[in-house]
Amino acid sequence: MIEIEGITKRYDDTTVVDDVSMVIEPRTIAVIVGTSGSGKTTLLRMINRLVEPTSGVIKLDGADNRSVPAYQLRRSIGYAIQGHGLFPHRTVAQNIATVPLLLGWGRDRIKARVDELMTLYQLDPQAYGPRYPHELSGGQQQRVGVARALAAEPNVLLMDEPFGALDPIIRTKAQEDLLAIQKRFGTTIILVTHDMEEAVHLGDKIAVMDAGKLVQYAKPAEILARPASGFVETLVGASERPFRLLSLGPVRDAVEPGGAEGDAIPGGATQRDALAELLWSGRPALPVKDADGKLLGRVTVEGLVKRAARPQ
Amino acid sequence: MIIRFDKLGVVIAAIVAYAALAAPFATFRANRIVPGQARPILEALPPTLGILLLAIVIAAAIVALLRTPLILRLAASVAALIALAVLIGVAGGFLTPAGNTFARVAPASGFWLLIFAFTLLLADVLTRLNLSPWARVGVLVLATLAIAVLLVSGSWDSLSILKEYASRADSFWAEASKHVTLALGSLAGAVIVGIPLGVLCHRVEKLRAGVLNVLNIIQTIPSIALFGLLIAPLGWVAVHVPGAAAVGIRGIGTAPAFVALFLYSLLPVVANTVVGLAGVPRAANDAARGMGMTDRQRLLDVEFPLAFPVILTGIRIVLVQNIGLATIAALIGGGGFGVFVFQGVGQTAMDLVLLGALPTVALAFAAAIILDAVIEMTATKRRVVETA
Repeated sequence: MIEIEGITKRYDDTTVVDDVSMVIEPRTIAVIVGTSGSGKTTLLRMINRLVEPTSGVIKLDGADNRSVPAYQLRRSIGYAIQGHGLFPHRTVAQNIATVPLLLGWGRDRIKARVDELMTLYQLDPQAYGPRYPHELSGGQQQRVGVARALAAEPNVLLMDEPFGALDPIIRTKAQEDLLAIQKRFGTTIILVTHDMEEAVHLGDKIAVMDAGKLVQYAKPAEILARPASGFVETLVGASERPFRLLSLGPVRDAVEPGGAEGDAIPGGATQRDALAELLWSGRPALPVKDADGKLLGRVTVEGLVKRAARPQ
Repeated sequence: MIIRFDKLGVVIAAIVAYAALAAPFATFRANRIVPGQARPILEALPPTLGILLLAIVIAAAIVALLRTPLILRLAASVAALIALAVLIGVAGGFLTPAGNTFARVAPASGFWLLIFAFTLLLADVLTRLNLSPWARVGVLVLATLAIAVLLVSGSWDSLSILKEYASRADSFWAEASKHVTLALGSLAGAVIVGIPLGVLCHRVEKLRAGVLNVLNIIQTIPSIALFGLLIAPLGWVAVHVPGAAAVGIRGIGTAPAFVALFLYSLLPVVANTVVGLAGVPRAANDAARGMGMTDRQRLLDVEFPLAFPVILTGIRIVLVQNIGLATIAALIGGGGFGVFVFQGVGQTAMDLVLLGALPTVALAFAAAIILDAVIEMTATKRRVVETA
């Protein structure tokens, strides 16, 4: 659990982060969204003390983050940034082994961990381990960057626009990978982005920041349904709201009894995907199947449209 | 058939034509000071050898002039250089009257131009061959060995520069070691002081402009003026600091030469350290901090390895510069090859000037080749990163 209590950061006369308090539950993903200059990156960097706050306290599992030296604290927190920040003079395997080496792990343990993470990220340790970062594609570099951040099995992972430099297709894949790995390791993730789409997709909770202030901190559905201010509403994008709302839930939650013609949609797809498919194919309803091909029922345009309406 | 010319080859052929046919190959003088008489190739060598040399040189020039395969150009340049090197020794023996120990035979402008032209051809071939760093060092070693063989075999002994050497063999090696000590010692001092100073300038922005400006100003002081400026303070130190005089610190001599070379060396080392560290990718630095490296670990494990090729470039500049500048040290009794240069100038004995100048040029040249190779080896990874 991460408790941010009354955190303020001032540089001379400018207040970059203004009295922010929030609690991030363990094993969840909190996404901090805001425009550039909103203080979101500064807030993130105060958690691992790359920036020291002017006032306020940040507690990790109840302990003040100033109770250990900064470098020790950082070794226990994963850190992944935009443009990955891989060391160009070290191989992929050496890059991933950075924090375990700093922590003094044994050689065998490091090797096992590096191999495990590379396999997890679909990079063959034999083939990619000895390569240098510049020999990888952008997507592979980004995966190595996240693998490196996770190497020492941190409970908390900080990510600063980690997918910012990726093209849309690789970005979607990277987001799915992140969700899968978060489920697997139960890591608490705090992710900074300016992309509301990404925030809605990844976040268990979303924190919206504007001019250093925390404007709203709530579940995605809540942010979409009841934006706390005009700024949040703009950020959400009024025309996107219903579709973002639909993207939060899987099709299986919207299933109605009955059948329909044509190809089925898997129950795990989002309701937004289902609506898109319905509109595109001009059908009034789609059959829904679960992962083993069992028919669950159908989704209808009418049903989805109701769900896309502002919750009461 | 269309005859196609090589651009550089045209220049080389023109130089060769002038040097071989119009310029003197060797100079004969009755003694070491009087003005000499110029001798063209055919007069400087026995008739058959003279014609042979002309044939080799002209053939090589034709190879250079036309667009020919690299390997042929390589063979032509090497053959011409070897022929020139061996036959200038023969010319020495041929022109010197038997039993005459006062007469001097020296290579003349034609010889030097031919050497220049074919070295140019060789350098061009080596560049186009795109040799690996190790291969370039190998070529340097081969060339050094070839020159050593010619020197040791005595085939150049009849040339004036080696006669000057023969009468100064002991002091030559003493001055040589002084020269190298001055150049390398001041470099070592500059590296030991300059790199930490560079790191400090990188970390403390307020210091940067000030330090670099001061070093810039030092760089602009003429060397002789700097020696003069150092006489008073070093003289004072010698008198007032106990033990200073005992370790050789005086107003003139090696101490001011060392200090001056050290001061000149600081700017390239400090500036390149600052530039190298500034060139370390921001993201890599941020990641290093974010993952919990201490400042020292970040400096040693991330910043230095990435800045190293640039720092090494600064060291290369300093080494080549110092080998040349150390010549001036002789002016204030600091020793080195400059001793021969200034003695030679004083006696109007050009051979003696060459005895000081040629080893200096050779040393600087070798140092440049070796350090360039080292820089390329350390920079390979990085360069790939930049082009990726």
